[in-house]
Amino acid sequence: SKFEVAKVDNWKNPIQEVTLGATSGDGGSRKSTVTIGGENALPYYFDAEMPHRNYVTMDVFDMPIGMAKAVKGNYEDVINDPAEWAKKVVRDFNADMVTIHLISTDPLINDTPAKEAAKVVEDVLQAVDVPIVIGGSGNPEKDPEVLERAAEVAEGERVLLASASLNLDYERIAKAAMDYGHNVLSWTQLEINAQKELNRKLMKQCNVPRERIVMDPTTAALGYGLDYAYTNMERIRLAGLMGDDELTFPMSSGTTNAWGAREAWMVSSPLNQDSDWGPREYRGPIWEIVTGLALSLAGNDMFMMMHPTSVQVLKEITQTLYG
Amino acid sequence: MKINSPLEAYKFLPATNCGECGEATCMAFAAHLIDRSHKLTDCKPILEAKFKKKYEELDALLAPEIREVEIGVGDKIVKIGGDDVLYRHKLTFFNQTAYAYDVTDSMDEKDLVERVKYVQDFKKFYVGNFLTVDMVAVRCTSKDPAKFAAAVKKVVETTDLPIILCSFDPAVLKAGLEVSKDRNPLLYAANKDNWKEVGELALEYDVPVTLFAPDDLDMLKTLAKTFAEMGTEKLVLDPGTFPTGKQLKQTLTNFLKVRRAGIDGDREIAYPIMAVPFTAWMAHDDPVSASYWETVVASVFTIKYGDIMILHSTEPYAMLPELHIRDTIYTDPRKPVTVDPGMYKVGEPTADSPVLVTTNFALTYYTVESDIASNKIDCFLWAIDTDGIGVEAAVAGGQLTAEKIKKGIEDSGFDLKKDTSHNTVVIPGLAARLQGDVEDATGANVMVGPADSGRIPGWMEKNWPPQKK
Ligand code: B12
Ligand code: SF4
Repeated sequence: SKFEVAKVDNWKNPIQEVTLGATSGDGGSRKSTVTIGGENALPYYFDAEMPHRNYVTMDVFDMPIGMAKAVKGNYEDVINDPAEWAKKVVRDFNADMVTIHLISTDPLINDTPAKEAAKVVEDVLQAVDVPIVIGGSGNPEKDPEVLERAAEVAEGERVLLASASLNLDYERIAKAAMDYGHNVLSWTQLEINAQKELNRKLMKQCNVPRERIVMDPTTAALGYGLDYAYTNMERIRLAGLMGDDELTFPMSSGTTNAWGAREAWMVSSPLNQDSDWGPREYRGPIWEIVTGLALSLAGNDMFMMMHPTSVQVLKEITQTLYG
Repeated sequence: MKINSPLEAYKFLPATNCGECGEATCMAFAAHLIDRSHKLTDCKPILEAKFKKKYEELDALLAPEIREVEIGVGDKIVKIGGDDVLYRHKLTFFNQTAYAYDVTDSMDEKDLVERVKYVQDFKKFYVGNFLTVDMVAVRCTSKDPAKFAAAVKKVVETTDLPIILCSFDPAVLKAGLEVSKDRNPLLYAANKDNWKEVGELALEYDVPVTLFAPDDLDMLKTLAKTFAEMGTEKLVLDPGTFPTGKQLKQTLTNFLKVRRAGIDGDREIAYPIMAVPFTAWMAHDDPVSASYWETVVASVFTIKYGDIMILHSTEPYAMLPELHIRDTIYTDPRKPVTVDPGMYKVGEPTADSPVLVTTNFALTYYTVESDIASNKIDCFLWAIDTDGIGVEAAVAGGQLTAEKIKKGIEDSGFDLKKDTSHNTVVIPGLAARLQGDVEDATGANVMVGPADSGRIPGWMEKNWPPQKK
């Protein structure tokens, strides 16, 4: 018998394309840019060609932070130098982009002034020529100021500012992005309606053009809520494809969250009834890979990651499925 | 299923509202048929002779789009297939992917028994239960029916887990069947060359059978149709799992196509699908890379429509993520994520035992509870009503507060001063910032525990009993 199957007929609305980074021709200094989005179907589906592959941006921090042992081993030599750290992930670990997290700005950590943090951004921009993402500390009072300063020193580079969220003054983040030519990461916590609301506010209230919005609907680790994160993303992507214009944006995942799962970092199971968990240096990276891989199948475009092996394998599988 | 509203199902029910099914009305029961939380046979009246026709009609309408196939017998029986939707949020996925780990008939007997036992006993605690794997696949690498039969026999003697018999040689399969026929094994596989003989075996022994047509969906469908005409619908489809490159992408395409066609109503291809991530071992030489890639392929096809799979790596770093990604995908998105708020006794606590607080988010509660119980720590544990939010998010969002903790303890009729010798409460490390407030609210000593409950045992050793002030 002849096997036949129809293509999906109600995926009519393409996902918005967003370009990260700007070359000298566009007023920046990046050697290359990254474009995500543009899908007309779920990822890797035969219904429509996927226009862009998935990309990985690797995490760099502006101060030494607590990391799982398996992760830390890779960064000991650069932990005090964000510029060297950025170079290392691009040169040695094949990162497509770099995320500089300005966590030392948190008043509860070092309270580094915004101005000083902006200096680190300049260093990173000097050190690498790939597009960058700039993250705050997550402190809702301090982040707007930190990201404004960072946006200013990165003027024209079309970075991704992370993040605008409903619990801080997102208007300031949006304005900084518009004033200095950047993109905005619209971050909500596992709630499709909140994601619509924030996207709407960014578009209508802050006049951010569609081609400057990326969404982060939140990543929960494998075994720690990935079921919500996966389905949340899948629903968002399906709604976008079927015509919900408030959700047709490419997505980004904080895949590094996978390292929060105890299975990724603990030496052995705290439960004596469990079978042996085996060596953690192998468990951790695969935890990050499977977390990211699941989300890639739900429609996630871009991954923020930490372990070099995880990056390598996730890239290999997503590019294989991309074709 | 062919209907999607309770009203359509209601039309076939006896309409007496007798309540025997445990629901107050037939209409309420009909709603549960549609969301698949009750079975039609739970309505005893409809089983009576006079409703026979209605029963049969409704039963056919309610049948899942993808046929359900059973492998094995008894407690460990595995059911696969039975799905009605393409996305888990539309309902839920039923019958989680069955994981079979391989052994071969060329293995040393001792190694074989050891491996089977390892697979059978592998377990990982998670949210109140143990995650385990399901099956053993016996592969014939000797080409010798007698050797194969001996290996199958050994497996049958060693475990109750369901079995897959793997060979393309009908004589080998028959030899395996002879020693495992009471166990309802799955045959692997019939293909375009051996389908006649293997089909006859499947019918003769009345066992499920896998149809294998690598990257040829026309052939797969032809085989399925032929087998249905021969008289069996206990079928599993294997469109081939290619481990790398364009062919791996094509494998995904095939899986997507077969499942979509099945859910869309093409009965001829609406059977469970098999993936064989084992093929990763053909693409990678070193065991770590092979295990990693196998886990990656297994994850892809656990998420996208694989109902059963044959795997090789039994490294914990392969099995643990496999178990968890399967749980992720097959967890019913409608199930409550909370436990009842209140006091739980872990072990046999006395007045000297610690008082711990956590939240009523099921994931949090069960994690904490199992960390304590498995280390034989006796204690009182409170699940504070945080609307089912975990510790960190609840502190950030205001659902876990000093007042809530005070109220939670008091509502259980527990008096920290009278019922304990220490008047002390231990709060989670991630709720450290509530320490002062909880002290003020309860008048008790408040100790801050570790950030991860897995570290409670070590923490207790150092900090319990609390030093008298
Ligand atoms: C899933 C999640 C959510 C879900 C929560 C779903 C749910 N049912 O809980 C949702 C989307 C609702 C959510 C919302 C918010 N979240 Co949230 N969320 C997460 C996420 C991704 C995972 C949390 C989780 O489930 N952990 C697993 C559980 C099992 O951990 P746990 O409950 O803490 O339990 C462990 C320990 O606490 C300890 N433990 C537990 N009990 C006990 C008891 C004792 C005695 C001891 C010793 C130890 C102990 O052991 C457990 C096992 O390890 C984290 C980020 C991350 N990756 O960790 C952010 C995170 C927790 N969220 C955060 C925030 C800010 C929020 C919001 C306030 C955001 C907002 N402005 O809307 C809201 C608050 C909403 C509300 N409370 O109403 C922040 C918290 C930052 C902070 N430290 O204050 C985090 C860390 C993200 C971040 N980096 O910004 N979130
Ligand atoms: S048992 Fe049957 S007849 Fe009785 S209430 Fe339930 S559905 Fe109706």
